[in-house]
Amino acid sequence: MSETENTAVIEMRAVSIGAMRDISFVVLEDVNWLVAPGEFWTVAGQQFSGKSDFLMLAAGLMAPVKGECRLFGVDTRTFDEAKLAERLHVGLVFAGGQLFNQLTIRENVALPLQYHHDLAPAAAAQAVATLLELLELTPLADITPPNVSDNWRQRAALARALILKPKVLLLDNPLAGLGTRHLHWWLQFLDQLSHGHNWCDGRPMTVVATTDDLRPWRNAKRKFALLGDKKFFPLGSWNEIESTNDPVVKELLAVPLETTI
Amino acid sequence: MRENLAKAFALTDTQLFRRAPLPKSYTDVLGRKLFLFLLTLQGLVAFALITLGVILRKSRVARNVIRPRIRQEIARAGVALLPMFLFVALALGFLVIGQTVSALARVGATGYLGSTMVIVVVRELGPLLAAMLVLARIGTAHVIELGTARALGEVEALEALGIDPVHYLIVPRVIGMAVGVFALTVYLIIVALASGYLFAFLQDAPLTPGDYFKQIAEALNWLDFVLLALKTIAFGFFIASVTCYHGLAQPLRLEDVSRVAVRAVTQGVIVCVLIDALFILLYLVT
Repeated sequence: MSETENTAVIEMRAVSIGAMRDISFVVLEDVNWLVAPGEFWTVAGQQFSGKSDFLMLAAGLMAPVKGECRLFGVDTRTFDEAKLAERLHVGLVFAGGQLFNQLTIRENVALPLQYHHDLAPAAAAQAVATLLELLELTPLADITPPNVSDNWRQRAALARALILKPKVLLLDNPLAGLGTRHLHWWLQFLDQLSHGHNWCDGRPMTVVATTDDLRPWRNAKRKFALLGDKKFFPLGSWNEIESTNDPVVKELLAVPLETTI
Repeated sequence: MRENLAKAFALTDTQLFRRAPLPKSYTDVLGRKLFLFLLTLQGLVAFALITLGVILRKSRVARNVIRPRIRQEIARAGVALLPMFLFVALALGFLVIGQTVSALARVGATGYLGSTMVIVVVRELGPLLAAMLVLARIGTAHVIELGTARALGEVEALEALGIDPVHYLIVPRVIGMAVGVFALTVYLIIVALASGYLFAFLQDAPLTPGDYFKQIAEALNWLDFVLLALKTIAFGFFIASVTCYHGLAQPLRLEDVSRVAVRAVTQGVIVCVLIDALFILLYLVT
């Protein structure tokens, strides 16, 4: 592997992260994190632990309050339109999808491709149809997002993030509220992306997903981290998660805690 | 991208003033109002300049996406309003021209009709009325649409996709409204002048159509056409900037929508009057 390929795709050093809505309110402090190409990270945290802000920073959408955050070796503070190409290597799936309600699912998925490659709808149609087929969204392609269920909306958001074939995929609590069939589909599909899916020409994709429930993510090959008390704790593999006595981890695993009444 | 919006909105962080307790003296109240006005003006001008910068800088970016959106906005702020404008133009012709013609005819001053019509309808009332109607019909829709888009996280979604929200959301609306106000003003003036003569004719004014339109043609000069175009485009550009600015400035809650829409319309009216005053000065100087 060449030196460039070995460069960490996401690198945070002594980073403090402000809330997206109010940057002066620090949600995480002293975060040190390295993500190598092809790794699959699951970052767990309770509600309001700063998961979304953490991903927004990792995606280069906001600058750290303190410290240094690098994406593909580039300091995110210097991210501007000249470095848009690097930014487009990162796909972000928001919690709840955040699709454009006035566009159909097909138009939502096509938008980034049409915008960045200046394509007419007809020119982008083939790639969009292939991706919609892959994600089983073809029957819903001409429906607007408010008229489909949350399960399919989330999947449409994944399609929109994948249309530009990113190298890194960041997902904000993607499994929240999914039905069992959809949940299994997601876990399987994310594993395929991580190992190298045909859609991305067989190239292993770096995947980072946040969650507030660790149970579905059980897999020894993934790396785990925890957000809590304004800190970032790398936890290691699933085996280490199971052996820890951290009450927050136990709660995220839905293990009954010993309580004194 | 994000910095673009942040720069404009940081300039108008008026919440500090709005939330502070009411000052006790009248001069302090006046001072606060003045501060709020200046901060808002600063933010609006910054936002308008940023939008203008994006229009010029990104004229060749994603044309296949932005052009259909511009066409859609021109249809909304122009073509879709034509029936309403025809009705208003007929009413304007009746109210202003019919009345003026009969009044001038009574004192035997129909020779001044052309210049009166050009001053009242072409230079002043036509553009201002068109701008006000577009502000009321489309400007309020901008505030609500963009406020909802902001509340639903669509702006963040655009940024995550590497799409400049100003380019995608604001530029089509601004260009659409500028073209819409210009085109509608032209229609309004033509129909108002024609219908005005019709009403004058019904009142038996001693004026032939040939004399009427000759007087108007003589009263018009090339500067009228240039200034009319500049003024209407400026109206459209700034109305769209004001309404888009208020739509995007903060995520709206349902209870905020009516208050922000009213504020945007009020500021839109003030901006139009200020632009109009500026053009009156230009007319006087030239």
